[in-house]
Amino acid sequence: MMEHKNYMKLQFDSRSQNESFARVVVASFAAQLDPTIEEISDIKTAISEAVTNAIIHGYENKIGTVTVICSINNNELEIIVEDEGNGIEDVNQAMEPLYTSKPELERSGMGFTVMETFMDVVDVYSEVGKGTKITMKKKFISLSGD
Amino acid sequence: MQVLYEVVDNTLVVKLKGELDHHVAEQIRTELDETISNKRSKNLMFDLSEMNFMDSSGIGVIIGRYKNINKLGGKVAVVNVSEKVNKIFSLAGLYRIIDKYENKNQALKCM
Repeated sequence: MMEHKNYMKLQFDSRSQNESFARVVVASFAAQLDPTIEEISDIKTAISEAVTNAIIHGYENKIGTVTVICSINNNELEIIVEDEGNGIEDVNQAMEPLYTSKPELERSGMGFTVMETFMDVVDVYSEVGKGTKITMKKKFISLSGD
Repeated sequence: MQVLYEVVDNTLVVKLKGELDHHVAEQIRTELDETISNKRSKNLMFDLSEMNFMDSSGIGVIIGRYKNINKLGGKVAVVNVSEKVNKIFSLAGLYRIIDKYENKNQALKCM
């Protein structure tokens, strides 16, 4: 079996127009794993949620830097989305379905639930005042038989 | 994202074309509320046949419009829902409050 490894790092301003930019870049990078349409759609939705969280909750109305790191290890894609913003006080509470810290914004509170459903593994590390790091992993069926 | 409107009887049919994420959500929300109010529509139908992408920000927009319409005794429906949008709707439990129909005509019969 041939070892398949690759890596990329993307940094951008926490401006909302970069949400679609991040989706397109990550989906293009994942294309080398020969994903199904459903897998690509899952990845795009998960990255969109993570980047939106960094923009809305991490930096609120300030502009900071969002970092997205993707690593491929054989048939597994790891995506890290990191911000140096506010951080989350209670990660377990933030990850509960329907929980939103900003009900006035008409948020659905489903962001982490979507990430957890569409990816195999979601890990959140956060420190108040320092930022949040979301690590997500997904195995692709397509190359697993090699 | 492009939004097309059509009024059929007392239902406002809204066709969302493109990607509904946090970036466009605010603008779409304002535009929808203004149109619903101007047209004095009782019911609201989302035609998602040309919706290419939606995340939880889109769910927020739809649930928010449902709350407004429901308060005034109207109904909200979604039609032409793709596999991928269906996945996120089911996850969010959207079908507990909003009915899904195959197409516009079927939905109109029930509204």
